[in-house]
Amino acid sequence: MDDMSTTALAGTPAPPRQRPRSRSARSRFAFLRRWVSPIALILLWQLLCVAGVIGARTLAAPTEVVATGIDLVQDGTLGTETLISLQRVALGALIGGVVGLSFAIVAGLSQIGEDAIDPPMQMLRTLPHFGLISLFITWFGLGEMPKVTLIAMGVCFPLYLNTLGGIRGIDRKMLEAARSMHLTWRQQVRHVIFPGALPQTLVGLRQSLGIAWLSLIVAETIAADSGLGYMINDAREFFRTDVIVVGLAIYSLLGLGTDAIVRHLERKALAWRA
Amino acid sequence: MASLTTTGAPVARVRGHHRSFGETHVLRSIDLDIAPGEFVALLGRSGCGKSTLLRSLSGLDPTPTEEVEVAGRTSVAFQEPRLLPWRRVHENVELALLNSPERRQREELARRTLVEVGLEEKLDVWPLQLSGGQAQRVSLARALVSSPDLLLLDEPFSALDALTRIDMHQLVIELWRRHAMAVLIVTHDVDEAIALADRVLVMDSGRIAREWSIEPRRDDRDLSKPEIARIRAELLDALGVRPTPPNPNREPVRDQGAA
Repeated sequence: MDDMSTTALAGTPAPPRQRPRSRSARSRFAFLRRWVSPIALILLWQLLCVAGVIGARTLAAPTEVVATGIDLVQDGTLGTETLISLQRVALGALIGGVVGLSFAIVAGLSQIGEDAIDPPMQMLRTLPHFGLISLFITWFGLGEMPKVTLIAMGVCFPLYLNTLGGIRGIDRKMLEAARSMHLTWRQQVRHVIFPGALPQTLVGLRQSLGIAWLSLIVAETIAADSGLGYMINDAREFFRTDVIVVGLAIYSLLGLGTDAIVRHLERKALAWRA
Repeated sequence: MASLTTTGAPVARVRGHHRSFGETHVLRSIDLDIAPGEFVALLGRSGCGKSTLLRSLSGLDPTPTEEVEVAGRTSVAFQEPRLLPWRRVHENVELALLNSPERRQREELARRTLVEVGLEEKLDVWPLQLSGGQAQRVSLARALVSSPDLLLLDEPFSALDALTRIDMHQLVIELWRRHAMAVLIVTHDVDEAIALADRVLVMDSGRIAREWSIEPRRDDRDLSKPEIARIRAELLDALGVRPTPPNPNREPVRDQGAA
């Protein structure tokens, strides 16, 4: 009896784990499944516009948006305005990035630097920086300055906080190993502290660039005589919802683009995390 | 660190070395000489001060020269490999030569040392792609590449599995024979100390409590040898480990027939 049950248990072959044939066929098109609902939504949008449920003043039909987009590209408007916006973000991000990074490095590497820099930075970061636009306009007028300053502010803080966090989070044991190899302070900074803080800095950079685009949109919507925000505001005056949608699409494409750049940087610089 | 140039002078000389953190005395008047090329094991329970003594010798903690004097170069391999994950294996080893007179040949020296520890295929790999044993080999190579006069090993094999540990013991002995540096290994493994060292010191509450010389050749240190068995028993006794007494209420299991 005992014998039989053991043989029965041991002898039962595990059912062969054959995949059903339809499974592989399905998985080949699996990526398409994620496209079904977005396409359906766009079709629905188109249908509702054609049927007149959504008026052109509320939201232009997708086909119209595409046509307007092509027009705007052809007459050069889109290129010019995008370039202006891109320049603002680039300049603001550069200034904010340099300030945020250098503050973080000084605060991270020296106690005096941390005592001097960290308290005001921690206080300032709690300020809702979009709220500062009014102040910047009073200070700098309506030109490029308030926009670039707003973007720089938005970029500065995430980069500062993340880089400082990265430097503080360096494993002390790693630094001790570097000391046991008789590395100088500068060599420790170069080989241990900076590369060790880099992953966190890149996280900060991604946040920063996201905020940079938001800041641009806010700044351009409030006051601008050029740029994508200006194009959108101008279209609003004439109920050109097609132009507005094109502008929004460009904003999101630009945001996606910068994000892709940072992700590429991460892949390159952090290959060691494989 | 003042240098001791006389031949035959110890590579490390510790005299009346004392260290305390606040009220706790971690080291109490330690005296220790390590001869050039000598292999010394430092045994003790956790918190006995053995790692602190190693740190004093390594120069990681500031110590007065009249208490701790080391002639020549030291290097350390820690319990964890402590490799820089963002530098490739060979770069990690090269870093140890960055401020040495050999820094111009550091690429070649690092390669040679990595070949010596059996990692010629892993030169260009990232540390995170290594197994625990391989990472510890890199750590050994990094400590060796600068040809130290005193190699300090701080429980370097305690995180490895038993079989890898045996491999590492053989590797360390090979490297030590070839390079003829003095070695101080801190461990809590009695058998490791017996397998590796010329001299075993047992530390207890900040003092060197006792020491043994182990005379037999390293391939002749089987436990079946009465001398080795005696030393092992004495070491365990000095560490406060008592043999488990047999249970008088239980017959030893003889027949283990399968049910």
